[in-house]
Amino acid sequence: MASDYTAFFLLQDPNVRLVLAGTILIGIIAAITGCFTFLRKRALAGDAISHSVLPGVCLAFLFYGEKNPLVLMSGAIASGLLSLVLMEAVTRARLARPDTAIALMLSVFFGAGIVLLTAIQHQGNAAQAGLDKFLLGKAASITREDLQLIGLSACIIVGLIAVFFRGFYLISFDEDFAFSIGFRVKFLQFLLSVITVWTIAIGIQSTGVVLMAALLVTPALSARMWTDSVVRMVFIAGFFGALSGYVGAFISYTAPALPTGPWIVVSATLLAGISLAFAPGKGLVSRWAVHQKNRRKSTDENILKLFYQLIEKSGGAQHGLLEEDLINQRSFNLQTLRTGLKRLIRKGLVVQLAGVYSLSEAGMSAATRVVRLHRLWELYLQRYLHLEPDHVHDDAEAIEHVITPEIEQMLAEELGYPDKDPHQTNIPPETL
Amino acid sequence: MIIQAKNQAIEAHNLTVIYNKKPVLWNIDFTLPLGEITGIMGPNGAGKSTLIKAILGLVALDSGYARVFDKKLDEVRDKVAYIPQRQSIDWDFPATVRDVVTMGRFQSKGLFKRMGNEDRRIIDEALSQVGMSSYAGRQISQLSGGQQQRVFLARALAQQAELYLLDEPFAGVDASTEQSIMDLLVRMKRAGKTVVVVHHDLQTARHYFDWLVLLNTSLVASGPSEQVFTDELLRSTYSGKLTVLSRVGDQLRDRNFPVRENGK
Ligand SMILES: Nc1ncnc2c1ncn2[C@@H]1O[C@H](COP(=O)(O)OP(=O)(O)OP(=O)(O)O)[C@@H](O)[C@H]1O
Ligand SMILES: [Mg+2]
Repeated sequence: MASDYTAFFLLQDPNVRLVLAGTILIGIIAAITGCFTFLRKRALAGDAISHSVLPGVCLAFLFYGEKNPLVLMSGAIASGLLSLVLMEAVTRARLARPDTAIALMLSVFFGAGIVLLTAIQHQGNAAQAGLDKFLLGKAASITREDLQLIGLSACIIVGLIAVFFRGFYLISFDEDFAFSIGFRVKFLQFLLSVITVWTIAIGIQSTGVVLMAALLVTPALSARMWTDSVVRMVFIAGFFGALSGYVGAFISYTAPALPTGPWIVVSATLLAGISLAFAPGKGLVSRWAVHQKNRRKSTDENILKLFYQLIEKSGGAQHGLLEEDLINQRSFNLQTLRTGLKRLIRKGLVVQLAGVYSLSEAGMSAATRVVRLHRLWELYLQRYLHLEPDHVHDDAEAIEHVITPEIEQMLAEELGYPDKDPHQTNIPPETL
Repeated sequence: MIIQAKNQAIEAHNLTVIYNKKPVLWNIDFTLPLGEITGIMGPNGAGKSTLIKAILGLVALDSGYARVFDKKLDEVRDKVAYIPQRQSIDWDFPATVRDVVTMGRFQSKGLFKRMGNEDRRIIDEALSQVGMSSYAGRQISQLSGGQQQRVFLARALAQQAELYLLDEPFAGVDASTEQSIMDLLVRMKRAGKTVVVVHHDLQTARHYFDWLVLLNTSLVASGPSEQVFTDELLRSTYSGKLTVLSRVGDQLRDRNFPVRENGK
């Protein structure tokens, strides 16, 4: 087994190179084409089309009598396009809504494909061996001839997308506008459909008709998490597609009995999961981190404010405070308070001597600023939103933590540099 | 009341549009003046958006035709800019403000030609005219309604067209943005452009527009604002009088009648 792995990674076996090149190419073009499927919100139609290529593959085999890659691919493209045309016709004639039309074509074509496949298997034709691989895919079955066809198709497809990129981009965003400036929208749509069906047709060997749609759309979804630009999205999706293909080939080599499609799709899904979790900005972790950071900031500022208020209340007499003093004042949970105090000590805003906490000079000016913002904001709410003085406190609680120095400046100016808040307590002057 | 414009930017002749067996526009026949600001008004579902789309050839006509600058639309497409109604746009699409305005240059560049310095200059200019320069790198999903509207206006400006068709540019826009958009439209008019605006607010309509079209499936009025803006005409546009037509439409659809006895 271990030697299997090394043989795979060192690419010694020419067959490994062949299969790997095939799956990676398929992963890349599926992902690139899939970006447009994704942006045009045609994922379901993509799924229907990929199921619909099966009867075409079977019929092509029945007529030709053996497994010629070009013949099978042509059959696949023909039946994929046919399903697409029928889908549109049914919708246009208002016989069914778009979603119904999609589901209808998927089941009719896939059903027919399964019937044909069963019939072929009962025929006992020796050449049919392996036709059922088109259901769930088998990367290891990629031959040299297959690879040539995949390579050629990939070149043409990528070339077409590069050349017509602007058109595909615009019809994905705003078809009416594209038409209004004289782009040939119908032609571009048709070309994109042919490219999509073609991509599916060459992809089913490694991925299978059942799961091909996932290989189209999942990398696009992942890529969308990492970027807000269509161009970058296409490249990132291509990279994810390639990775998924790589994993598929690896599985197919080390565990020949397993179909590859599910593995390719599982790895694509894993990448999507990683993207949803870790993408900067939009990812869950990054959003969670921002949330945590905000919470820490509010805790810290609330503690500082408490110091200020207690000092103010005692008329400046009391400087050192005990944990109890702080906890009694406010509904802090003890744990939160302790970690908050530790953080403030680390930042040099609070000093602790024998269990007595007091503000450092920097801490005092930070505390003053928070209190100032809180009271300014309360005043603003009262003056401009006409809230009662006893209602403004809670609103000010949340906002004081997000006010930047620029907004502070605007606030003070707008309010005419006031020195009393709605509760008639002093608003401390700006600190330097 | 249907008054013909002297210098015509748009001429619609006998336009009929039928969706799903129900007439949405019925025999529309009007001319719109060159170099002026025209308002198109009518209740929801009156067919205003459809009328704009019909002029642009975006929907199939069941009868009639529209001409722009006395030519077939296809011959003058490069002189026409269109801003669709806001809800027809996918705001989650990965595009920045600048990307959208850049689309305004696609017309003169076609499918293949690269953007040049001149294009970039026009794009910058368009952005600054609508006051969105500082938002150039912002995702379109992170804009307010008024900002979104201005981005699309900038895209239209970047097209450097002669005729601008705007579908509800003031929807969801605050009063000061509305005013600044209106100022821009007036400046465009002074520069000799023709502007057609779908509008909803009766209060402002009279002094915004030189010419008014009142529409409710069929054409109620078309003419200079001061002549068209009368209680009587407005009432017949917005009151239920025309529901008869819509009932007939429902009947046609339900009983599967052809709308015209001999097809086109
Ligand atoms: N693609 C469509 N298919 C079927 N019916 C449609 C379609 N688009 C619009 N309609 C119908 O045509 C009629 C006119 O629609 P249109 O959008 O032109 O109205 P509108 O005057 O622009 O309304 P609004 O003020 O709401 O924008 C409506 O009854 C609408 O339901
Ligand atoms: Mg409309």
